Amino acid sequence: MSDKKTDVIARARQIIDSYQGAPIRIMEVCGTHTHEIFRLGIRQILPPTIRLISGPGCPVCVTPVDFIDEAILLAMEHGATICTFGDLVRVPGSAGVPAVRKTGADASDNTAKAAEKTAAKAAENPKSETEETEKDAASAAGPADSSAGKGRRIGSLAAARAAGAKIQVVYAPQDAVAYAEEHPQEQVVFLSVGFETTTPTACLAVQEAQQKGLTNFSILTANKTMPSAYAAMKDSTDAFLYPGHVHAITGTGICEELARKGTSGVVAGFTAKELMTALAVVVKKTQEGKPFFENCYPRVVRPEGSPAAQKLVEKMMEPCDARWRGIGVLPDSGMKLRAEYADYDARVKFALPAMEGRENPACRCGEVLQGKCLPSDCKVFGTGCTPEHPVGACMVSGEGACSAFYLYGGDRM
Amino acid sequence: MLQDTVTLAHGAGGKQTSELIEKVFKAHFENPLFTPDDAAVLQIGPGADGQLPRLAMSTDGFIVSPSFFPGGNIGKLSICGTVNDLACMGAQPLYMTCAFVIEEGFPMSKLEEIAAAMEKTAAEAGVCIVAGDTKVAGRGQVDGVFITTTAVGRIMDGVTTGGALAKPGDSVIVTGDIGRHGCTILLARDDYGIEADVTSDCAPLWNAVRNVLTEVPGVHVIRDATRGGVGTVLYEIAGQSNVGFALDAENIPVDPGVRGVCGMLGLEPLYLACEGRLVIITPPETRDKVLDILRNSPHTEGAACIGTVTEDHPGRVVLQTEIGAQTILPQPGNELLPRIC
Repeated sequence: MSDKKTDVIARARQIIDSYQGAPIRIMEVCGTHTHEIFRLGIRQILPPTIRLISGPGCPVCVTPVDFIDEAILLAMEHGATICTFGDLVRVPGSAGVPAVRKTGADASDNTAKAAEKTAAKAAENPKSETEETEKDAASAAGPADSSAGKGRRIGSLAAARAAGAKIQVVYAPQDAVAYAEEHPQEQVVFLSVGFETTTPTACLAVQEAQQKGLTNFSILTANKTMPSAYAAMKDSTDAFLYPGHVHAITGTGICEELARKGTSGVVAGFTAKELMTALAVVVKKTQEGKPFFENCYPRVVRPEGSPAAQKLVEKMMEPCDARWRGIGVLPDSGMKLRAEYADYDARVKFALPAMEGRENPACRCGEVLQGKCLPSDCKVFGTGCTPEHPVGACMVSGEGACSAFYLYGGDRM
Repeated sequence: MLQDTVTLAHGAGGKQTSELIEKVFKAHFENPLFTPDDAAVLQIGPGADGQLPRLAMSTDGFIVSPSFFPGGNIGKLSICGTVNDLACMGAQPLYMTCAFVIEEGFPMSKLEEIAAAMEKTAAEAGVCIVAGDTKVAGRGQVDGVFITTTAVGRIMDGVTTGGALAKPGDSVIVTGDIGRHGCTILLARDDYGIEADVTSDCAPLWNAVRNVLTEVPGVHVIRDATRGGVGTVLYEIAGQSNVGFALDAENIPVDPGVRGVCGMLGLEPLYLACEGRLVIITPPETRDKVLDILRNSPHTEGAACIGTVTEDHPGRVVLQTEIGAQTILPQPGNELLPRIC
């Protein structure tokens, strides 16, 4: 380690260690931040008055159940080849949860509760009682909703693959376009998840497919934008650790505006030095008592962001309401292709029905993402829900709060 | 005249089989013990003290894809893997057999190249190839060429190593920068569209081990950090010896290219495979001597002490990170890694 780097980290630690003010909650809203914070052990060296919360920032973790259901439907019913980032393959969809029929009647409310109870039980004992509880739930809830046909019984894309569906793991949207070009006889759907950082690459993929005249490529969008998440989370934290990659694209205007309206935060980079510096700045600025914003990642994040990427997305996509797993629908927090690109929008192309996902009631991912509970407060954490057998999305991705908590043995050693 | 590619007839046991063995394998493996008979006949004499020798024996199958990669090929790998396994027990590799399963249509020139690499690596390791087997499988039944090697070696007098022998206070040494083989294979498969200047660490390590054990016979554990990498090996030893490990993240040698690739793909270098790196666990008073010998031995010049064995947190590997915090190294995961060896 260079001396300079050691100095910077030591100075940051000193500022953090000597903090004696009121408790501070700092929320990171980026999967890479979550992973690095756990890998470096940052939570353990913070004084008890400074608390880090892993907010909604891992794209896999906030992807709703019905999106997985849609992808399974495309693969199983429409025979489409699904190209996806690897993490999504193991995320549970609705079928992992016993079906609950949606009606307004009181009686079915009770059956719904009974089904939820058995579902929770199933999640706590995934192996031994699954079969029995599925039967219980089926009898409690009546016949399963059949609107989605046989796709409903497949619990994840991994299960779909085992049942014969074509699920292709790719590392970039462009790989999916290349795959479509090489397999003209297949209908290829790319699962487009992610925030401002990845959305431009999805747009580029559509543009490329259009230029190549491909008619067998489309994307299923679940792209999201951070500002509405900031707004939804602002009361759960005292300061945000804004994601460096996102603001490299969007610029820092939104952060400055939030500060004017009373919500503090700093843009942070990803190395030990950058993260520690950003936290020290939060601690220092908090003591000054005024809402603040500071760009602690200036080598990458410029105030204006990346105009080229912004223009591309603006040209091809428009905002829409979007569901965040565990949090609910946030208005205008999603991005979908504009009507002129409908040929590349899998929802339009395959006339997908509106789907209502059912989250496993035992899973508390939503509360974890809002800092309302620790992963270890969830009843299924580490027992029914592990990285090998995830119940909630936060346990699937290596960037998820639950997964990081599980792998690194919690908050403290 | 040898054909350009391997055909099913080369595996049928007739004239063409003899020709393949004669012109490719025997040309490279010939030695007085290389047998034309059904089995090699070998003798191992008593040790210096007149006692019967203790033998170590190991076997390993190699199916790496691609079979040629920067820094080596499947032939070199098939010698290193088995010889290094013996070296971990303090055994001088003596005799080796090798079995080939070759895909119909495999280029003869490539097979030659593989055999030449085996000849060179076996000579460096001082092991004698004494028998072999050749099978040809139909197109698509194997991918290129698969090799299985088996070797027997003599354990050095006064040496007893094993995964259950780590003691609290011992020093933990790696014999060079970690994860290069796994990283090389990932890049060679071109799944990620990433280019980086990384070559495999694949190397035979008996000479370095002999140099160490000659001077320091009391080494406790030697392990070959192949599949699963150094992290997996340490977790195995932690379990076997019922001890913990405290590593200093800053001291773990990682090539900048490997570090860059790991950063991009979210991989932990401690879990990337090596094919020429050992984990050596030795009493603290011998640490500097072992390091000094390794740094002056072939393929181990980059040796470094990365931590110590602890009585605390048995079964766990704990890392001191660059901010001075202690974290648990997450247990090896279940990710599907490509065929690396």
